[in-house]
Amino acid sequence: MIVRILGEGQYRLDDEAFATADEIDDRVQAAAEAGDDAAFQAALTELVDAIQRLGAPLPVDDLEGSDAIVPGHGTTLDEARELLSSEGLIPN
Amino acid sequence: MGLMGRFTTIVKAKASKALDKAEDPRETLDYSYEKQLEMLQKVRRGVADVATSKKRLELQAAKLEQSVEKLDGQARMALQQNREDLARGALERKKGVQLQLQSIDQQREQLQTEQEKLIVAEQRMTAKVEAFRTRKETIKAQYTAAEAQTKIGEAVTGVSEEMADVGMAIERAENKTETMRARAGAIDELIESGALTDLTDGRDSIDRELEALTASSGVDAELAKMKAELGPGAPPADQLESGESKG
Repeated sequence: MIVRILGEGQYRLDDEAFATADEIDDRVQAAAEAGDDAAFQAALTELVDAIQRLGAPLPVDDLEGSDAIVPGHGTTLDEARELLSSEGLIPN
Repeated sequence: MGLMGRFTTIVKAKASKALDKAEDPRETLDYSYEKQLEMLQKVRRGVADVATSKKRLELQAAKLEQSVEKLDGQARMALQQNREDLARGALERKKGVQLQLQSIDQQREQLQTEQEKLIVAEQRMTAKVEAFRTRKETIKAQYTAAEAQTKIGEAVTGVSEEMADVGMAIERAENKTETMRARAGAIDELIESGALTDLTDGRDSIDRELEALTASSGVDAELAKMKAELGPGAPPADQLESGESKG
């Protein structure tokens, strides 16, 4: 699986690593739903760190598309909401 | 759906928007390449814009630093003349200016971060665009209609995603600089009105008194300096003149 971290490049993860990321992702989503910005940022940091630790960075001139995409380090809950809602999941 | 799923959907949607479905698949390649070059221009402009905003904050900070020094000097002078009330007024203002300075410093750091992100984004985009250009030429040279769609799809997907990513980074930086421009404009107005840098335009009684103090102590200092130059017991001016012509 290839995961893109917005603003930080793409990483190749094996199935086990991706499962780990997916688990953390559930917590990110839970924090987002609870509207808990501190918990959101903590979980997101954990997620992005795990992707970078467990994955291998793709060369910058690689043209492969990603299987999953996450926001980068330091994204706040407000910023994440803005990114998601600005287009309402419909391409502009 | 987790957050990852949501972001994947939205970025993919943005990426596929960058893809134009042309009659001849080969046109898709050229069209995408054109868009990529435009995006590179955009990200470079973004870097320049952030740098300009940063420069503006730095100029403001320099002006406010001067104001802090000036207020500090005025407070000292007031204390020397036993005007603690005036000294307090000046120090209160100094505190206010220092708070502004702190906020400017934080904003400057934020812009610095955005600038660094955009520079990295530009480097990554440049590498992808160059790889795409090479791939594009290869696909065109070996073009067979049957394979074209897949190959073109593969080549365009990754780079379109990068474009969506870079586009979001630019948007984010633009939002930040926009907010800061508004704040910087407000501070500029304060500076121009003299509220932050100039306490001597007689806006209220503390200002006027501080100004008077500054002026009178300036005169005192000059007098003292002249006395020192002339030496103790210097003769009146006319005698001094004739004394000089003698010797």
